Amino acid sequence: MIPKREKQVQEDCGDLLIEVLKNLVFFKVEDCGDLHMVQLEIVVIFKRDCGNLKGGIVEECGALQGDVVRLISSSSKSKSSKSLITCSTAFHFPPLNQLPDSTSYTQLRKNNLYSSWHSVNSTNTAPSSHNRNGFFSQNFNQKGSGFWIGQGLIGGVRNFSGESVSRESLNYDVVIVGAGPAGLSAAIKLKQLCKVNDVDLSVCVVEKGAEVGAHIISGNVFEPRALDELLPNWKQEEAPIHVPVSSDKFWLLSKTRAFPFPSPFNNRENYVISLSQLVRWLGMKAEELGVEIYPGFAASEILYDTTDKVIGIATNDMGVAKDGSKKDNFQPGVELKGKFGRVTLFAEGCRGSLSEKVIRKYNLRDKGQGQHQTYALGIKEVWEITADKHHAGSVLHTIGWPLDPNTYGGSFLYHMKDRQVAIGFVVALNYHNPFLNPYEEFQKFKHHPAIKPMLEGGTVLEYGARTLNEGGYQSIPYPVFPGGAIIGCSAGFLNVPKIKGSHTAMKSGMLAAESVFRTLHEGSPLEAFWDSLRNSWIWKELYTARNYRPAFEYGLFPGLALSALEHYIMKGRFPWTLKHGKPDHEATDEAQLWRPIDYPKPDGVISFDVPTSLYRSNTNHDHDQPAHLCLTDPKIPELVNLPVYAGPESRYCPARVYEHVVDETGHPKLQINAQNCLHCKACDIKDPKQNIKWTVPEGGGGPGYTVM
Amino acid sequence: MKIMVAIKRVIDYAVKIRVKPDKSGVETSNVKMSMNPFCEIALEEALRIKESGRASEVVAVSVGPSQCVDTLRTGLAMGADRAIHVEFPGTLYPLSIAKIFKALVDAEKPGLLLLGKQAIDDDCNQTGQMVAGLLKWPQGTFASKVVLDEENKVVTVDREVDGGLETLCLDLPAVITTDLRLNQPRYATLPNIMKAKSKVIKKLTPQDLKVEIKSDLEVIQVTEPPKRKAGVILSSVDELIDRLKNEARVI
Repeated sequence: MIPKREKQVQEDCGDLLIEVLKNLVFFKVEDCGDLHMVQLEIVVIFKRDCGNLKGGIVEECGALQGDVVRLISSSSKSKSSKSLITCSTAFHFPPLNQLPDSTSYTQLRKNNLYSSWHSVNSTNTAPSSHNRNGFFSQNFNQKGSGFWIGQGLIGGVRNFSGESVSRESLNYDVVIVGAGPAGLSAAIKLKQLCKVNDVDLSVCVVEKGAEVGAHIISGNVFEPRALDELLPNWKQEEAPIHVPVSSDKFWLLSKTRAFPFPSPFNNRENYVISLSQLVRWLGMKAEELGVEIYPGFAASEILYDTTDKVIGIATNDMGVAKDGSKKDNFQPGVELKGKFGRVTLFAEGCRGSLSEKVIRKYNLRDKGQGQHQTYALGIKEVWEITADKHHAGSVLHTIGWPLDPNTYGGSFLYHMKDRQVAIGFVVALNYHNPFLNPYEEFQKFKHHPAIKPMLEGGTVLEYGARTLNEGGYQSIPYPVFPGGAIIGCSAGFLNVPKIKGSHTAMKSGMLAAESVFRTLHEGSPLEAFWDSLRNSWIWKELYTARNYRPAFEYGLFPGLALSALEHYIMKGRFPWTLKHGKPDHEATDEAQLWRPIDYPKPDGVISFDVPTSLYRSNTNHDHDQPAHLCLTDPKIPELVNLPVYAGPESRYCPARVYEHVVDETGHPKLQINAQNCLHCKACDIKDPKQNIKWTVPEGGGGPGYTVM
Repeated sequence: MKIMVAIKRVIDYAVKIRVKPDKSGVETSNVKMSMNPFCEIALEEALRIKESGRASEVVAVSVGPSQCVDTLRTGLAMGADRAIHVEFPGTLYPLSIAKIFKALVDAEKPGLLLLGKQAIDDDCNQTGQMVAGLLKWPQGTFASKVVLDEENKVVTVDREVDGGLETLCLDLPAVITTDLRLNQPRYATLPNIMKAKSKVIKKLTPQDLKVEIKSDLEVIQVTEPPKRKAGVILSSVDELIDRLKNEARVI
């Protein structure tokens, strides 16, 4: 919102003040992309003793909900605004989630950043300066009589163009956010059910990538279990699943050697595929069945009705310039919602931005299995190597070097067809060392004497990165909320010891489709999805796999020992369920406890620097748009991240979005190169103070994966 | 007045291209394709002229394989009224395309033919000029500003030339090829994309238009440009002169 500055001079301003306050406080903010970033602070400063007026305001404001109004008495002697704040009387209203109706109000943050003053009955208006990220810096004008109302907007408001934008709205029976394995499986299953039951439901899938499959990246050794159930004729219909697993190796690496271990996986009937290619094929199949898929449109806002039920989503405005103004080709977003009783499914993948909001809002973690979600960051390259070194279907996993025994992670190396090899490195995000750089660990790993010879003579085709769920059984949230459900990795069904999540994501989509169909066709409650999940093979599989990952909290070798015990003897029959450790963002130690790691320089043949790799991800965002990575409190990077943790975001981000630079005045500053973003969500997960919020950029931006 | 806009389906500009291992061309399978950016600008200009009331209809045309339909649908979603797809799966050359466009223009009789100045895959910058030659129409290429004057049946075009800007006044019907600074193309909105699904795309083949696709050129090999060699640090001016004289032989 662009605050207006108007000068009004009136004799008796008391009533006017109360009116203005009421209007400001009742200002409704629609749940746009980063609502919790919008903070409204109303400061009323009385230059003279206006006891009666204060009393009047307290009376009136008592009836206002959701905001803090500060009433500050100042004498003409006080000079600085800080002293004014200290003598304020603040009263707080009920927090957001306890409000009776769904209109969201802003909350006050004790924060020095505010400006854009309305000066009522004064001769001066205070200037405000606009700084880089859309924040307004404080400026307080001492002169003038009467009282001022200060109102500021802290934080970058991306999608809010000021006036209540009348957006077009399109109606669908089912809206699915995300055209990935889960979303497309749900869409296909819905249309199949419609055909069988001779019913027609309109299904719409929105996808933030420029095309279906552009944001899909995964190892991937695919277990066709769910696909066999969904589309049994996938082979005849030419699904891009051609390479069966031919060999399965597992090595423990030391700096110079590789020790083969028996492979814990059973990949005999599985295939080495490119998930991006499979998803494209699924997209084609979905369109053939009548699903409407719209790539290039990012769902940025959840729409609620008056009973706080989700009724749909809205895409973000396109053509907004960096400073928030509208460009020539501005297009407002579009609302996709259903008429009464329709369903929205969130299939945004791991740490989906809207899914996380829904989980927080309806408290789905506690209602589900109870534990928080834990994550890992996977970084992957697809190489084309020389024919003599390529063995189609060969699968290799390694653990150990270069990671230390207290950091969970390892590598994968899968041989696809056409001399292509998928090589990647996964690091669990609950690592302790703030100087750890997952990208550099990956580059280091490629130089291992057992790995390097295979890559020599090859070229890199693509690069990418994405976070993945490691919480498993213990972290599954309750997936149903009023108006829809969360499916796929947004909920988190990845089987960690198998390192496979595509099949469970697809199955969760299919189960959701069945429940949704019954809800829309017969009126049965959507909560039946939870029951069908718990009765399905997803549940059995995740239950059996539940203790592998938590065992590694005790270190690499205890973890391996426990895994062996689980795998060969207990097979999930332990009577207890191990819990996860601290949430990932709390696990980072302070920088003083560790020393910086000296990573080797890239050689340009086997290892590369970030810009070269980034170029291979085909990532692009329109330059002139507001940064989609929002800092809830812009001061925290300088006050906390850099001094205490040595700026870990400049290390874990695989796209070098975050750089700590020194600005013109010599102060350290966090520079956000949002254009580089690979949409991996690592920053949203790992930031120590959870200050970084990943929101969707303009649709169509982001990486362009084709064989990942 | 009808406006015809030529559209080409090319590899998306953000994609990192590779040369095929057999060096016969650039890898186009599994690669994102989209509308040529200059064609987008041409289409945007046509739509703006239509919205100002000076044209009645915008027809988008494209020549290429069956997937060109997707590109034409994007064009229809941006606002074109009709589309024509001339299907030909093989390699195409500017002169053949120009001949096809001549045949289409003869059939549709537009008052203005807009093209992008060049395609980002071959950078030929030939089709617009060739079509104008075949049709014997005036041409305004590298247009950075287009002003249509209906009553006098002329169009004033500002061209970006090496020396600066050149303003030409062309009699209609004319051929204009668009340059980057002409306008900022609009986004295709979701409702328009949905409406575009029901718009008509006419299918033709080169034989229907009595054009034979052949070329006098054959691409023998495509290779990546040689990698930049590292610079050499010399120790003195004498050595520089010596090297320039004896090794590089430029002085």
